[in-house]
Amino acid sequence: MSKPRSTVPADVPVQLLHGDVALSGRPVLREVDLTVNRGEFVALMGANGSGKSTLVRTLVGLNPLSTGRLELFGRSLSGFHDWSRIGYVPQRSTATGGVPASVWEVVASGRLTHRKLLRPLRSADRAAIRAALDVVGMGAYAHRGVAQLSGGQHQRVLIARALAGRPELLLLDEPTAGVDLPNQQALAGALRRLKDDGATIVLVAHELGPLAPLVDRAVVMRDGRKAYDGPPLTDADVHAQGFDAGHVHCDTGLGTAGSTSAASAAVPTPLKEL
Amino acid sequence: MTLFELFSVPFMQRALIAAFLVGIAAPAVGTYIVQRRLALMGDGIGHVAVTGVAIGLWTQTSPTWTAVIVAIAGAVVIEIVRERGHAEGDVALAMLFYGGLAGGVFVTGLAGTGASRLQEFLFGSILTISVNDLLVTMALSVVLIVICVGLSPQLFAVSQDPDYAKVAGLPVRFYSILVAVLAALSVVIAMRTVGLLLVSALMVVPVAIVQQLTRSFRMTLLGAMGAGLAASVGGLVLAAALSRTGANVQPGPSIVLVALAGFFLVWPIGAWLRRRRALVAPFPETSPEEKPVDEAHPHHHGEKCGHVAVEHGDHVDYIHDGHRHAAHVGAEGEHYDEH
Ligand SMILES: Nc1ncnc2c1ncn2[C@@H]1O[C@H](COP(=O)(O)OP(=O)(O)OP(=O)(O)O)[C@@H](O)[C@H]1O
Ligand SMILES: [Mg+2]
Ligand SMILES: [Zn+2]
Ligand SMILES: [Zn+2]
Ligand SMILES: [Zn+2]
Repeated sequence: MSKPRSTVPADVPVQLLHGDVALSGRPVLREVDLTVNRGEFVALMGANGSGKSTLVRTLVGLNPLSTGRLELFGRSLSGFHDWSRIGYVPQRSTATGGVPASVWEVVASGRLTHRKLLRPLRSADRAAIRAALDVVGMGAYAHRGVAQLSGGQHQRVLIARALAGRPELLLLDEPTAGVDLPNQQALAGALRRLKDDGATIVLVAHELGPLAPLVDRAVVMRDGRKAYDGPPLTDADVHAQGFDAGHVHCDTGLGTAGSTSAASAAVPTPLKEL
Repeated sequence: MTLFELFSVPFMQRALIAAFLVGIAAPAVGTYIVQRRLALMGDGIGHVAVTGVAIGLWTQTSPTWTAVIVAIAGAVVIEIVRERGHAEGDVALAMLFYGGLAGGVFVTGLAGTGASRLQEFLFGSILTISVNDLLVTMALSVVLIVICVGLSPQLFAVSQDPDYAKVAGLPVRFYSILVAVLAALSVVIAMRTVGLLLVSALMVVPVAIVQQLTRSFRMTLLGAMGAGLAASVGGLVLAAALSRTGANVQPGPSIVLVALAGFFLVWPIGAWLRRRRALVAPFPETSPEEKPVDEAHPHHHGEKCGHVAVEHGDHVDYIHDGHRHAAHVGAEGEHYDEH
């Protein structure tokens, strides 16, 4: 992406140039360039601690850049106010509050970007909330308390919260961690529909599983730098290249069932280091 | 004088109005405080406000307004320390509390007004509330209630998951400070009712009562407002009734005790309800193994058999003696499977 900034069309969802990020004074991301075009599905991979979550959090404005420049939909972060176009699924649920909250209420907060102050939920909001709950298979749990859910169920609620906002750019940080295979498949179906509607998706995952066929492009992080950016990689490729050094990999369970089929489907691609 | 006659006296009517509004407003703010796991924040602000009251007494201006200013300043400092998340934050807050209380007593000494005047604010003196103070209390209560209910979707999101709220474009910092300011205001309006040292109880205990029964934030918020109202008015009436027998019970402590009594009354109901809910929650939809049970069933499990019926995918499981039984029609007739 060597185009000068001024000629970038206004609708490039994500453009990060020379992004450096420090957390508590410690440099974590270094010189990361990342452009994500409209309609792309980017898989962000790499070992534990390689900076995937930090990158995603930076892209949604939760971590300030120490140097570099970030544009969302063609506007610099400080001038960007169209938050209804963005959906975010954080890695691991930040602990619940000290007061009960229902599944419905948590998912309803995904509609806040579409609501005006002091206005009740409109029927369009309710429909979007219900649809998002159904996509993740939590419709029957709408009035249960979130504190009583299992880890995977909670994760699905957070996915529904992001989907309820009907975002154009969706960033998911390990959304399938702890989610069983049928529900991963349901999520893959929902993301495919979003993608067909033109949404742009950035997904962090160690195991792509049923999501593998959706991926247009892979980005591999290593030690806070971008180590690879190109056609989709299989899990095996990531390991073979040592991108994933230090990542203790657990080759058992449902995750592998999905990723082996994905591995056979994907065409092996020559790797080039950037 | 009957109880009814007592409530026709103007000072008692003023007390009732104040108890009514403060009883609703304080737990409304308290719900957000508890959601942020800051149950002791009200206490902290209460201690800091003591200095505010003392300054008011010393300078012979309105203790209410000096308390408002000092309480807001204290609340904002507490919020900033919390946001920074310093490891020493705890200690910094504790020092703020002690400083507030000691400062208040010290300044009162300087003023030479004596401790009795300060006592009114430490333990409440709803019976001596003036018309002016009542008007301020009414106005502030209404503002608090409107904000807490009207902005509940935003305030809920910010307290539940601040990171997500930020990505949703909400001004998280503004709302956090708003909650701190609301807490400061509710401390000030409640100081006449229950006193600065017990203020936090009126904010927190009603929330603790209802969250044993509720599963949603909205129900907790509205329920806490109802419980606070009941405790506040109930405590005042109790104190008034006892005063007819010659006792000298202050409304502040009796309000707090009524609220605590409510908590212990609701506790067994909450325990029963939680158990009941856990029991009837649907089981995840999986295709279960067939494992016929030998045990003879004296009756057919069904709608009226009295056993707990729980949905399980396409059929219903009946729970008794720690087992889940589902009717199953096999080759050799109907039997029950253990799920
Ligand atoms: N708050 C923080 N302060 C200082 N360093 C941090 C902080 N959070 C994360 N780090 C460091 O930043 C680096 C990148 O962390 P990050 O969470 O982005 O990794 P990740 O690639 O998402 O890993 P995982 O696969 O475990 O989710 C790690 O080395 C971590 O130790
Ligand atoms: Mg991570
Ligand atoms: Zn039965
Ligand atoms: Zn069953
Ligand atoms: Zn049985």
